[in-house]
Amino acid sequence: MALNQYLILSAFLFCCGVYGVLARRNGVLVLLSVELMLNAVNINLVAFAAFTRNIAGQVFALFVITIAAAEVGVGLAIVLLIYRNLRSPDLDRVDQLKG
Amino acid sequence: MLRNAWIIPLLPGLGFVAVLLFGKRLPRKGAELAVATVGASFVLSCIAAVQWIQRVDDHSGKEAVGGFGRALLPTQEGGVTAVERGFTWWQNSNVKFGVGIHIDGLAVMMLFMVTLVSFLVHVYSTRYMQGDRRYTHYFALLNLFTASMLLLVVADNTLMLLVAWELVGVCSFVLIGHWWEEKPNSDAAVKAFLTTRTGDVGLMIGVIVLFFAAGTFNIAVINAKALDGGIGHTLLVVSAACLLIGIIGKSGQFPLHTWLPDAMAGPTPVSALIHAATMVVAGVYLGARLYPVFFRGFSIGDGGLNAMALIGGVTIIIGAVLAFVQRDIKKVLAYSTISQLGYMVMALGVGAWVAAIFHLFTHAFFKSLLFLGAGSVSESGSHHSFDMKGDMGGLRRYMPITFVTFVIGSLALAGIFPLAGFWSKDEILVTAGQTGYDAFLYVGLIGAFLTAAYMTRCVYLTFFGEFRGHGEPHESPPTLTVPLIVLAAASVGAGFLNAEAFGIEKFRDWFEAGVSLPTLEHAEFDTVKAVISVTIAVIGIGIAAYLWFQREELGPFRGFTQRNAAARAGYRFLENKYYLDDLYEKVIVGGIKGPVARASYWINQNIIDGVVNAIGRGTAIAARETYDVIDQKVVDGAVNGLAETTGETGGLLRYVQSGRVQRYALTLFAAVGALSLALWLVY
Repeated sequence: MALNQYLILSAFLFCCGVYGVLARRNGVLVLLSVELMLNAVNINLVAFAAFTRNIAGQVFALFVITIAAAEVGVGLAIVLLIYRNLRSPDLDRVDQLKG
Repeated sequence: MLRNAWIIPLLPGLGFVAVLLFGKRLPRKGAELAVATVGASFVLSCIAAVQWIQRVDDHSGKEAVGGFGRALLPTQEGGVTAVERGFTWWQNSNVKFGVGIHIDGLAVMMLFMVTLVSFLVHVYSTRYMQGDRRYTHYFALLNLFTASMLLLVVADNTLMLLVAWELVGVCSFVLIGHWWEEKPNSDAAVKAFLTTRTGDVGLMIGVIVLFFAAGTFNIAVINAKALDGGIGHTLLVVSAACLLIGIIGKSGQFPLHTWLPDAMAGPTPVSALIHAATMVVAGVYLGARLYPVFFRGFSIGDGGLNAMALIGGVTIIIGAVLAFVQRDIKKVLAYSTISQLGYMVMALGVGAWVAAIFHLFTHAFFKSLLFLGAGSVSESGSHHSFDMKGDMGGLRRYMPITFVTFVIGSLALAGIFPLAGFWSKDEILVTAGQTGYDAFLYVGLIGAFLTAAYMTRCVYLTFFGEFRGHGEPHESPPTLTVPLIVLAAASVGAGFLNAEAFGIEKFRDWFEAGVSLPTLEHAEFDTVKAVISVTIAVIGIGIAAYLWFQREELGPFRGFTQRNAAARAGYRFLENKYYLDDLYEKVIVGGIKGPVARASYWINQNIIDGVVNAIGRGTAIAARETYDVIDQKVVDGAVNGLAETTGETGGLLRYVQSGRVQRYALTLFAAVGALSLALWLVY
């Protein structure tokens, strides 16, 4: 398969993630969208690694997966606390830093 | 130690600072620190003296081997040279101002004498001044005095000497006025200060004249130039006369002697240290130090008559005569000091350099002994009174140690063989007789007669007859008597350093060495003159003793001064101290101070006040303008403007801070997108 197809898939996934992060109000869905963006990047990395026959891309992908796991741990904890304090996962209500 | 002799004055100087700073917190209120520093100085001075004597002895030994014999002139080739050390303090074109030490026989002798007497006086004071309201302050100043006096001794240039000279004057002023709460004491301090200052003007002019004459302040150079004719005779005469005025002021010579008896208002140990043994001999020391200047300036070698010998001779007699009419034991001793200082100045004036400093040396011991003895009497015998006629008498039974030491001191002062005073006074008289100053030989003999007589009167009034005071007299504690015993031993023994009758001339050998002197005649011991002078002293004692011990039988003689008009007039003349105080205070000071006061009042009102007021008004106007323009407009404007700008900027920026995370994220993505677009467009 050509590199193009991977890249198009990756770009599509990334755009979905960006849309989710910017537009969704539910904190859990925002987190899921972040995961989408990260995985879009992963696809990109692995595709280029295979294309250029350079193992570094795959190593980076492994790192990204690890960090994504940690990020989800922290992110879910934050969402949980938001829910506990505000009785809703709605991110629009989290505006205490308003100037 | 000779090269490091600067440590000797430094120690008491540090002691002064330390006592002043921490003295009050110490268990003995700083006295221990003061005694320790002066004690250390004394030990170092002893070491320096021993090293100097070795240096001289080594040298004369070498000379004997070489077969040259004893050098007549120490400055000549082959003599013992002085130890000099110094550095340039500051320099202005070719003129250098140095700081340094000059250690020769004279300086070593003075170091030893000053530190010894000062140490004993410090020890004595720990008891004598006990419970005093300014105990710590007293010891601090005693230390400062010792340091200044030692600095005066080691100074290698006239400028340092002048500074130290003024420093001892200040210490003397403060210590005379130690109990300044009583008006007479502070008056005495001011009088001492102003009178010696009158003389200091002469000293200062002399130093300046010498500087321009010799081109330097260095004493060794000045002496060398004075000796080899490097300074013109007229300049030498002028500078010697000016310096003599300084000596007259400091060493209590006629006619500026009037401050010294009044200086007895200070504590007795101060009188012993400053006004008997050390500070008042600073003038004599100056004369000895710059002797070539005086010798050439006054043509001392030519015999006849000169100002220095004349002043000394007059002072011997007028001081001794006044000692007869004093009721206060310390004033008797003060006039005696004046008279003995007259001997020293006269000795310098007749060319008896060694005799002068030898008398300075022995006099320090027996006169401080007498003063400390008087202090012991007042401490334990007469309830802090010094009135011989009112509060003393018969004390020999109660105070045996004080009595014996006082009598030893009196006999030494009177010049009785073989005590210290005999040797030194005899040497002065003999030299005066052999250098062509016969008149001064007779003056000295009359002085010896008077000295013996007034000391007999003083001893009689204090220690014999019936006790006239009140309370229980008793012997003083050891802190007071031990210094007396040490000084008494010195008064007996010091004379044998130069006992020419026994062929001993150690004092001359040791302490003349290294000093630059003109060629002087060294008088030989003259048995006839010695016998005459002792006989005269004994006659003086005998007559005075007869008059006082037999005065019950001498009925018609008692009250003689009240009944006989001529005697009464003479007595009143003496009681009023030749009216010199009246002359100074009423005629001279009174004549000057009225016009001066009026003139200064006018200057004060019109000139100084005018200037001050103008400055005040100007300052007020400037301040108002500054407030209106600079403070209100410039400074306040800047501060307010800054605050307002900050506030407005903040108000604008607050809309960005919505608190919504997703809007922040949108901004972030938009920025990244825009930057990526830009990057793509560029490449």
